[in-house]
Amino acid sequence: MYFLETEDVVKQYSGHLALNKVSIHVPEGKIFGLLGPNGAGKTTLIRIINRITAPDSGKVFFDGRESLPADIYQIGYLPEERGLYKKMKVGEQAVYLAQLKGLSYHEANTRLKHWFEKFGIMPWWNKKLEELSKGMQQKVQFVTTVIHEPKLLIFDEPFSGFDPVNAELLKKEILELKQAGHTVIFSTHNMASVEEICDNIALINHSQVVLSGEVNEIKQRYKTNLYTIKVTVESGSAYHEQENKYYSVINMKEFPDGFVIQLKKEPELSNSELLRLLSSQFEIIRFEEELPSMNEIFINTVSQSK
Amino acid sequence: MNNLGLIIKREYIQRVSKKSFILLTFLTPFLLAALVFVPLWLASIKSDTAKTVAVFDSTGKYASLFKDTEEYRYIVPDKDIEEYRESPDKEVFAFLHITGDLLSNPAAATLYSEKQIPMGLKKEVDNVLSDYLKEEKLQSFNIPNLQEIINESNINFDIKTVKWGEDGSEQKSLVEVAPLVGLVMTLIIYMFIIMYGGMVMQSVMEEKTNRIVEVMISSVKPFDLMMGKIIAIGFVGLTQMFLWGILSTVLISGSLYLFGGGVSSEELMAAQMAVQSGGELATGQTSEMALQIQEVLNSINLKAILSCFIVYFVGGYLLYASLYSAIGGSLDQQEDAQQFMTPMIILMVFALYAGMYSMDNPDGPLAFWCSLIPFTSPIVMMVRLPYDVPIWELVLSVVILYVTAIAITWVSARIYRVGILMYGKKPSLKEMLKWLRYK
Repeated sequence: MYFLETEDVVKQYSGHLALNKVSIHVPEGKIFGLLGPNGAGKTTLIRIINRITAPDSGKVFFDGRESLPADIYQIGYLPEERGLYKKMKVGEQAVYLAQLKGLSYHEANTRLKHWFEKFGIMPWWNKKLEELSKGMQQKVQFVTTVIHEPKLLIFDEPFSGFDPVNAELLKKEILELKQAGHTVIFSTHNMASVEEICDNIALINHSQVVLSGEVNEIKQRYKTNLYTIKVTVESGSAYHEQENKYYSVINMKEFPDGFVIQLKKEPELSNSELLRLLSSQFEIIRFEEELPSMNEIFINTVSQSK
Repeated sequence: MNNLGLIIKREYIQRVSKKSFILLTFLTPFLLAALVFVPLWLASIKSDTAKTVAVFDSTGKYASLFKDTEEYRYIVPDKDIEEYRESPDKEVFAFLHITGDLLSNPAAATLYSEKQIPMGLKKEVDNVLSDYLKEEKLQSFNIPNLQEIINESNINFDIKTVKWGEDGSEQKSLVEVAPLVGLVMTLIIYMFIIMYGGMVMQSVMEEKTNRIVEVMISSVKPFDLMMGKIIAIGFVGLTQMFLWGILSTVLISGSLYLFGGGVSSEELMAAQMAVQSGGELATGQTSEMALQIQEVLNSINLKAILSCFIVYFVGGYLLYASLYSAIGGSLDQQEDAQQFMTPMIILMVFALYAGMYSMDNPDGPLAFWCSLIPFTSPIVMMVRLPYDVPIWELVLSVVILYVTAIAITWVSARIYRVGILMYGKKPSLKEMLKWLRYK
């Protein structure tokens, strides 16, 4: 079941095609990564989903039906270009923004106090926003995005401006939101975070989707059939290289505690068959398939699609 | 609470609790009070030393005409004028030298001084001599009772204007006072728009400069945002005006009470009136005029005019504020704002002129059309109102005004939303039209 889908969305700016028949499928209750180099059209797509701008053609489906103006109340949006009222007190403006999203004054207050405690920014409740550091402002902004517990959360580059500790905190919160059943779309260049938290991705390059699907499935698709094994010193030194049609040894290195061997198998051979073949020759300490990182996939795909 | 209410509340509270707002609200009445009292106070200061003017009158006819005033003291010295010229006496400011009969030879009098002779002194001397010479001339005709005849022939005609009511009843017409009522109301509308319209523009730009615009747009309808700001600032304006009114009244009457020990407040008021009207109105005339105004005010339908005033005041503010919001919505930089104020001011000045010309002919084509065109109608219609405008015209003009105001607000909301997506690109006309349709 897809919570949000776009179907052949086209958006043309004067003299420049921002989105060319973009279709994405965001499953309910999952974290969806919207990836792509700068200027690929991610933000435009997000704005179309948010109904800030309209597609020239194509459709957006929200919760199984075509999206309606009222749907924006079920979306929490953290734009890449952050901003809050500088001269307004932090707590006051968080309550205001929460109220605009439909919470009652009382409810907004209770929930905000909870979040502020969680993020350790309670002492700043009565400070003006301009007195806060940038990271602190980002936290406030994040809280105002999720406060009305929308079904769909959209984060555009959520980690920019955060130190590693706070980025970790944020990551934890995003995963918790997923646990609570929210659907999350999140746009980023940070591939490491994609691998950690995304279930599905779509990679946009030059206004088109060039790659999409489940993260694990994509990794499988891009696998190189490379393996690293570690074997004991005895079995390693007893090994004599001999031709076989199943795998070939690329590299072999001796370490005090054993040999590390890199090998490539034929695609039709399954992992357990390979393991069986290897275990007849070696005393195996470690067996690992080398899957490409999202970073490599990203760079490969983007440079190929040029 | 719905979003519009929330927006109004935030905008209002933020603006009213600003330091600059509080400062201005409380300082302006002091300025206003100063405006009333400083001229009065200055006028009441008498220059401590009257300047001496020496009169040399060889005819002996004129010297006695000059009576000492607060500023000048006239003396008839025993020395000759040539002596003064050679050894200047610092005590004497000016010398009036009359050498012959002025009626036959007007050039026989000269005013000398070592300094520049002030206008006031020359005028005083001129007046004294003219009055005397005029009388002397009249006497020379040898006609008995000439003075009385002249006084009687001094006729000042003032025609009575009467308007017939529907049933033929007579109502005192209001050639002079009626437009005054309209004009005062017009000026209030005009001032209000100028003062608070710019604030609307600033406020609309606020989201952009704070970069909160995307969050706002994904939370509220831009129309609500615009309307909320316009309404909130309208209330801010009313609050400020109201406070100014109260504070000024308190200040002025308070200081009148304090300073008024020697001078009664009526005297002060009369003096103030005299200052304002350049001394043309004597005290007696003032009260007569006030009576007249009172009479006319009673005769016109004050209730109807006041309610129309409120309708046009609100409508006019809404319209111009919506224009300002459209400008604010399409601008990215504060610096550009100033330039766009000019066309607005021109539009309003035009409205003001149209209003003034309509006063001469309140049922003419200019007045008629300008009271239908929304940009001029709040001002022109206010001027025309005391002259019984037909109901259908009134209704039509109000409807056009409000519909235009709301339409412009709606359009400016669209502009605002498109504005954030432009990133320096110029939207094509086709794109703009498409935008106007998208919800």
